[in-house]
Amino acid sequence: MTSSTFETRSDLWQRIKSSLVYHSFTHNRTAMASAAVLLIFMLAAVTAPLIAPYDPWDQTQFDIMDSEIPPVGSEGADDRFVLGTDAMGRDMLSTMLYGTGISIAIGIFATILQCLIGVSIGLVAGYFGGRLDSFLMRFADIQLSFTTLMVAIIIIAVFQATAGLKFYNDFAIIVIVLVIGIAEWPQYARTVRACVLAEKKKEYVDAARVIGLKPMTIVYRHILPNTFSPLLVISTVQAANAIITEAALSFLGLGMPITKPSLGSLIRNGFEFIFSGSWWITAFPALILIVLILAINLLGDWLRDVLNPKLYDK
Amino acid sequence: MPLLSVNNLEVVFPLRTGLVTAIKDVSFDLEQGERIGIVGESGAGKSVSAFAILNLISKPGYLAAGSILFNGRDLASLGEEEMRQIRGNEISMIFQDPMMTLNPVLTIGTQMEETILAHKNMSRQEARKISVAKLKAVQIPSTETRLTQYPHELSGGMRQRVVIAIALLSDPAIIIADEPTTALDVTIQAEILELLLNLCNDFDVGLILITHDLGVVSEVTQRILVMYAGRIIEQGPTHQVIARPMHPYTQGLLGALPEKTRPGQRLNQIPGVMPTLQEIPAGCPFHNRCNQIQAVCKVDLPILGGTGSRAVACHFPLNR
Repeated sequence: MTSSTFETRSDLWQRIKSSLVYHSFTHNRTAMASAAVLLIFMLAAVTAPLIAPYDPWDQTQFDIMDSEIPPVGSEGADDRFVLGTDAMGRDMLSTMLYGTGISIAIGIFATILQCLIGVSIGLVAGYFGGRLDSFLMRFADIQLSFTTLMVAIIIIAVFQATAGLKFYNDFAIIVIVLVIGIAEWPQYARTVRACVLAEKKKEYVDAARVIGLKPMTIVYRHILPNTFSPLLVISTVQAANAIITEAALSFLGLGMPITKPSLGSLIRNGFEFIFSGSWWITAFPALILIVLILAINLLGDWLRDVLNPKLYDK
Repeated sequence: MPLLSVNNLEVVFPLRTGLVTAIKDVSFDLEQGERIGIVGESGAGKSVSAFAILNLISKPGYLAAGSILFNGRDLASLGEEEMRQIRGNEISMIFQDPMMTLNPVLTIGTQMEETILAHKNMSRQEARKISVAKLKAVQIPSTETRLTQYPHELSGGMRQRVVIAIALLSDPAIIIADEPTTALDVTIQAEILELLLNLCNDFDVGLILITHDLGVVSEVTQRILVMYAGRIIEQGPTHQVIARPMHPYTQGLLGALPEKTRPGQRLNQIPGVMPTLQEIPAGCPFHNRCNQIQAVCKVDLPILGGTGSRAVACHFPLNR
């Protein structure tokens, strides 16, 4: 038994290695560089508690006397703080490591939530069609006519006002994931629905019906796997969008609290000091945010090109 | 009592322009293990008849009249869940293009096991055993490897064999084959037809072969139904119909076969095209293409009738 599972595993690896995606990936420097950057960021974020010199969430670890120390290489720098400190005397490097983790986590979980809601609704709307389809898609249209930011601002502002800031600060991540997840599901629903409409006309769906499969089996086992390529592509875009939305919310003071900052709250935090010369508090998190988003988007671009059969002849 | 008895089947599609009758008064019987062919040009209602038997007419079409007695049960009145148990279990269907009928993202094994598990309560291992057996029955070599492959890794003929194997999975009583060889090249066609013929004989399966190729029908079937503009216009034992067609349309179809023409000569053809279902003329639907036309043909619809095993819907049948 063990040997056979081992064989299938190595088989799978062989399959991956001989696949077009793998070939394209290893022959595309941009894709490899983006993936490497993303991987490094994720590793750094996951291992932040181990590699960060200080714990930025522990207020006893930093001293207001250390505030606004510039990064190493500038005048008045301190060797203890390689990238300087913020206005509260927190080590920028540690804070950013933790913040990157929060931003990526929000991006991933919000995307998963969007995906779950959007894909289910899109599949049902596309396959069953008719009034149900019209109802669900008009609902999506209405939802899309409010921008995500507006929905998020309203919900979070109301939540903060009713539940209290202390309570909000404790559950900020969950609230933000929920808000971004719920506000953006129509993107998935539309994409999946369009795919289902194209797929359900194909003969293999007729064949599946003729075989006597249940509608739900047909939808989930047969049609859903055929929509994976566009799903993968929009997932990268949506993950990047979710991270940006969170950063924007934090920048407006409605995102992650400053005691547990994400990249966005760090940028906002430093923005007040940018004119007094403390550029590093804003610049470093901003740089990380830009590189992170760029890496995700470039990877998404590459994925879109690879998964688009019309571009195969290139 | 015949295994399958289709009586006065009528399928209607309500369109914006009004009701369109796709097939009307389609009746035929199929005995256990019998092989019949339904012939006709595109749009004659062959595929609609097949889908009607499985109660799978795509919306907005519906069964307006008729009954489909299968083992004494009327399929037309069964609920969706009961019908699901018949589809793929007691009546299977094979489609034209094997590239399109297999799901491109699932392995052959997955698709076969799933078909079995949809109808039978058994473990995946058992389902796999049956899959292997059926793949062997359709003469596919190295079956274990095939099960782990995806449809695009197989050739066209191989794929159609897989599709036939899937149709055989639950030992159906009837297989409906909707132009099973049209997408294949001629040498593979012959192989697949022979395979289909042998399988039907070996497993005592009834076959409804839908095709526009009279050559295919004459090789495989025992009885033939010729359809035109939604109606059966001639039926009878295959060799008799082909040797002595009674309807001018059947005669025209046979005359149009390339074998009937000497090299260099123009191919024979039936003038005109089949009327679309919205504008079927009064009288005999074939009258404006018929070379035997008389005044009555433009007024009266000929009714399918005849003596013994033959039947024809024509006022002036040939070869009487």
